[in-house]
Amino acid sequence: MSPTSEPDLAAYCLMLGDDALIMSHRLQEWCTMAPELEDEVALANIALDLLGQARELLTRAGSADGSGRSEDYYAYFRGEDEFRNVWLAELRCTDFGQLIAALLVFATWRLALLQQLTGSSDEMLAALAAKAVKEVTYHRDYAARWAVRLGDGTAFSHDRMEAGLAHVWPYVPELFVAHEVEQRLAAAGTGADPAGARAEFEEILGQVGAAATLEVPKIVPEASSPGRDGVHTEAMAPLLAELQGVARTDGEATW
Amino acid sequence: MSEPVWPLYEVFVRGRRGLNHVHAGSLRAADDQMALHNARDLYTRRNEGVSIWVVRSDLITASSPDEKDPFFDPAGDKIYRHPTFYTIPDDVPHI
Repeated sequence: MSPTSEPDLAAYCLMLGDDALIMSHRLQEWCTMAPELEDEVALANIALDLLGQARELLTRAGSADGSGRSEDYYAYFRGEDEFRNVWLAELRCTDFGQLIAALLVFATWRLALLQQLTGSSDEMLAALAAKAVKEVTYHRDYAARWAVRLGDGTAFSHDRMEAGLAHVWPYVPELFVAHEVEQRLAAAGTGADPAGARAEFEEILGQVGAAATLEVPKIVPEASSPGRDGVHTEAMAPLLAELQGVARTDGEATW
Repeated sequence: MSEPVWPLYEVFVRGRRGLNHVHAGSLRAADDQMALHNARDLYTRRNEGVSIWVVRSDLITASSPDEKDPFFDPAGDKIYRHPTFYTIPDDVPHI
């Protein structure tokens, strides 16, 4: 564990880790809610993959900021304004079409970032990315297959998938805004540049959209990424209440 | 509205190179490709497999339990059909 404090790296690990943790929680909410048992297991698998990534990244944040705090501290004992995830991760999805759209966007974006991170100058980030690329490739594939199946299915399923994409799209521009921490780390060869992920994102979404007979909207660039600065939507507080409730109620709980 | 039920598939997983595919269980899927992916999610979560086969259950022709006696019992007392009269070296695996 490095005794020196690397605040940028710590902040960056929280960003990537919180994206995975919060998205994982949203996927876990579909346990007992998925349309088929087989998909319930698939969604739980994806949630577990992301949780695994979150654990390593939050642990790394604790060593990088010099505090030595554990993954549990970051997951359970931070306030809402200390979370650094993008808004897309906390977005509530109550329809399967919305969930598939959110997962497709999230996985496509994250995979493009992870591919950059396999060449990171930080050994831990590079190793994590090499492992996570395989996982997230499957997540993207899973979501893309469902998007095509629904979009190119019946008129009813097409409308549901289209509505799902419309539900998610307002949260897409934020994904490609580079926070100043991300800019500095990308310049140093440690982090990934979100702006650099956009070309691949648009290409993949274009391919899936064409196969799914869905019109994929253009990305209207945005200037800020509020989630990266700890400003969240109203969906975040109830999510954290559920995520953190047990740990905060019973200080001696173990898991 | 009655819910249409997806067809049943049987799943065969090969654990390691050089071994046979072994029946792992069954699942429901809308088509072959979905069956393959569902099999990956249901039956290889704990690193069980390197290869998966799926086949629609209604494509399998199976022996009937009613015919069990004429089918299998006559083989029971013909020990000379079993290759038990020579020894297998300890270092020959999977036999």
